[in-house]
Amino acid sequence: MTAITIELNGVKVNDEVEPRQTLADFLRDRCGLTATHLGCEHGACGACTVVVDGIATRSCLTLAVMSDGRAVFTLEGLRGDPVMTLLRRHFHESHALQCGFCTPGMLMTARDILQRHVHPNAEIVRHELSGQICRCTGYANIVKAIVSAGQEFEPGTGSAPAEKAIHFDGG
Amino acid sequence: MKSAPFEYVRPKSVAEASVALGRRGATTAAIAGGQSLMPMLGLRVALIDLLVDISRLDDLKIVAKTPDSLWLGALTTHATIEDGKVPDMFNGLMRRVAGQISYRAVRNHGTIGGSVALADPAADWPCCLIALDASVRVAGRGGMRMERVADFIHDSYATTLTTGDIIMGFDIPAPKAAFCWGFAKVARKSGAFAHSIAIATSQGKGGPISVVLGAAGPRPRPMTATATQLGVLGSSEEQLRTAIAADFDAHFTDLDAYQKRLHTANILRAVKDMRAQ
Repeated sequence: MTAITIELNGVKVNDEVEPRQTLADFLRDRCGLTATHLGCEHGACGACTVVVDGIATRSCLTLAVMSDGRAVFTLEGLRGDPVMTLLRRHFHESHALQCGFCTPGMLMTARDILQRHVHPNAEIVRHELSGQICRCTGYANIVKAIVSAGQEFEPGTGSAPAEKAIHFDGG
Repeated sequence: MKSAPFEYVRPKSVAEASVALGRRGATTAAIAGGQSLMPMLGLRVALIDLLVDISRLDDLKIVAKTPDSLWLGALTTHATIEDGKVPDMFNGLMRRVAGQISYRAVRNHGTIGGSVALADPAADWPCCLIALDASVRVAGRGGMRMERVADFIHDSYATTLTTGDIIMGFDIPAPKAAFCWGFAKVARKSGAFAHSIAIATSQGKGGPISVVLGAAGPRPRPMTATATQLGVLGSSEEQLRTAIAADFDAHFTDLDAYQKRLHTANILRAVKDMRAQ
């Protein structure tokens, strides 16, 4: 077992892990943070996407030991995040989900898209979503939700630095 | 998709990492971004006793530009190159190549050094670095060595890396004159491994032309007859197709009729894009 310290959703977590344990399994099994879903477990489906030190990361392709000393945000930790609040509303209004399995990864990736592209059009969103697999929706409403959220989103106003924008509420 | 158990160390220096990788009686692997190694461990096609985490070694993160060359440390990520956060000496070629690799979350962690160390026949960086005539610097038991990437990768998933070796980075010579390029890739979906990668480059009017084809055999190969034909003023497409066929016969003898058509079309696309610049 190896001792690690991770700043998880703004709270310092100390634990001991087996080196082979992925960050995804650590989040779900050790920390009970089950918003991070595991679909393919080899980087193809994107359901397990989290934020590590500010960048989108496949938690199934990262070891918990390699995240030692890093700041990790899961969907649970982004409840108060203004970008996520906006996306959640547009996902609701556009009916951008059916079974919901892929949704956490879609939301994490959508947030990353809005932070890197100003008012992304459908073509950009489709290309950026090519690493996220949804088996229900045919993607049309997911793309619509992200495009419409992007039209409302002004970079710089709602995208305050993560540590200021995000409030951990213990969920 | 759970890996078999292994030990984990995070050395503080390249020398320490090299010693760990050379541990007697142990199967070891270095991990940088882990975006290829992690699935291989999960699928258990890679079975190791010891994982050596080189992802925090600052000596592998050096990026330096001189008038003659660009140095990219092995830990330079695809996303860093995609975003133009490292100097560009090749008129945007490397940015374009980087942006087409897998998906953003993977590009955030996957490294150029890891891509070349794995030497997947369908990977993008081996093809690009060979087209740019880059050299790789390797630290190992016998000290440092420099090799051309074209020699370093000698077969499918096979390089000259031996126990204890670590890729430090890549020395890429600056173009001598106005650099033009074409990059064409055929993949079933965006982000998937390629069925064909073609890169064509030229340096100034009448200057050297190179064409490299990847994902067509065990390793990317320069299409020398094609490049020579491109240098002949007023070459027809028919002559170009003949030269491409000659290069297939020389370097990619296992291609079937469909693959030949696919790669030929892809090379012609890259050439067209290069000429249009």
